[in-house]
Amino acid sequence: MALIEIRDVTYKYPFTKKPALHDVNCSIEKGKFYGVIGENGGGKTSLCNLMRGLIPHFYNGELTGIVNIDGTEVRDWNTGELAAKIGYVFQNPFTQISGIKPTVFEEIGMGLENLGMEKEAMIHRILEVSKELDIEDLLQKDPNAMSGGQRQRVAFASILAMDQDIMVIDEPTSQLDPQTTEKVFDIIGQLKNSGKTIILVEHKIDLIARYCDEVILMQGGTIVRQGATADILTDTSIEELGAVVPQTALFGHAMVRAGKSLERIPITVEDAVEQIRKWKEVQA
Amino acid sequence: MSIELRHASFRYPDNYLANDDLNLVVEQGESVAIVGQNGAGKTTAVKMLNGLYRPTKGDVLVDGVNTREKTAAVIGRTVGYVFQNPDDQIFNQNVRAEIEYMPRRLKMPEPEMKRRVDRAVELTGLKKYMGKNPFDIPYPIRKFVTIADVLAMEPKYIIFDEPTAGQDKHGTELLENLLKVLKAEGVGVVTITHDMEFVARNFDRVVVMAKKRIIADDTAKAVFSNDEVMEQAKLKKPQICQVAEMAGLGKGILTIEELVELL
Repeated sequence: MALIEIRDVTYKYPFTKKPALHDVNCSIEKGKFYGVIGENGGGKTSLCNLMRGLIPHFYNGELTGIVNIDGTEVRDWNTGELAAKIGYVFQNPFTQISGIKPTVFEEIGMGLENLGMEKEAMIHRILEVSKELDIEDLLQKDPNAMSGGQRQRVAFASILAMDQDIMVIDEPTSQLDPQTTEKVFDIIGQLKNSGKTIILVEHKIDLIARYCDEVILMQGGTIVRQGATADILTDTSIEELGAVVPQTALFGHAMVRAGKSLERIPITVEDAVEQIRKWKEVQA
Repeated sequence: MSIELRHASFRYPDNYLANDDLNLVVEQGESVAIVGQNGAGKTTAVKMLNGLYRPTKGDVLVDGVNTREKTAAVIGRTVGYVFQNPDDQIFNQNVRAEIEYMPRRLKMPEPEMKRRVDRAVELTGLKKYMGKNPFDIPYPIRKFVTIADVLAMEPKYIIFDEPTAGQDKHGTELLENLLKVLKAEGVGVVTITHDMEFVARNFDRVVVMAKKRIIADDTAKAVFSNDEVMEQAKLKKPQICQVAEMAGLGKGILTIEELVELL
């Protein structure tokens, strides 16, 4: 049985005419890393809100269809228990940061407090994640007086600290430089390796290609493609659906057109290099 | 005609030195990308270029005039600045009022204002959002509202602070088209971005910043061939460039066509 099962879901936010999601069907398997891609306004964040139970518990609106999270229909979940089960990093760090805690230390501690963690364990955990995300020098700062990139790291740290089984992460790196982005992806990759289930919304297609097991492509409020990362990202027809094809895959297709077909279309730098090596061997 | 940083340094009131002895000339009609880590000093440098900040040492010249001699509002008409966070810039009730705000304030004749606003809306794809409250539309599209604000002023130079953040395929294509149009019109453009693929596709000249300084100012090809600079600025080369290099096919290869040709 799938960890999250969504069947024939259509959803309208309150006071809106057009559904934000329609006819959505998908299964999330335990321990897999899913990349959600597609154009802005296509329903990616609404899908996150649904998987995290914010729809229907926080956003009322009209929900039809079935959302089953770990065997229980979402409407029957207690919101506190659901929050302990599924972590959610918001797209906009300005939304997530509570604004009521005077220091980053307390901001990260807030979620742990809500989980009822002991004080000693809490302090240990805060220091641990701060070290991992390199924000130790921010711990005594006011979360409201930080740059976009700093807030984004603090927002991510707050969720990382809570260590839930399922993580829904909405564009965690939009404000970050390439090096910090890599670091965040490395950490998410480690979370996956430790058995967590990850659902990540991201535009950086090269990183989706490198880390994700499966890709969910959304357009116009519904899922238009879902499947193994390599299958989805090597198919150039996804460009018509608002998705970006990795440069390495476009290179693979250009090789085919030039009559120099590689063994397969690569989606990562490492694979492209490997494919070139093999191709050269065959030529020699 | 150019905008110029001449031995310009900037120290914040709390004594933090953000820019240390910067030298940079951007000619009108030139298109330059500024890249580097968070905290390298990119935003501070461009805020000096449009007069929001005055250098605490050295000079900044806009078409030969020292920014110390003019107000930020006056310099802003020559050098437009699109903020990193659109919420720092937007304050009107709907998108149309937001874009028309400055032309109206400057008492521009109605037909001229209409021409400028229409053009700005066309270039930013905002037509269907005109009646909406800017805060009700998604963040990446809100960024285009602030771009339209600046376009409607038709400045000679425009600075974009991380326009690519969070953009989807369509948004990125709109930006690429906009850069081409501005170049054809002879507008000087400075763009801060973390997206190296975007840099490789759209910019001939790249300025690299690290630790408060400019450490390279060269062609995209030369910058992405320079390992020392890339390492110091903690930057990643574009994917095609990495593939070519790791496959032993050479340095500074930026396009798929070049790479296919080498095989």
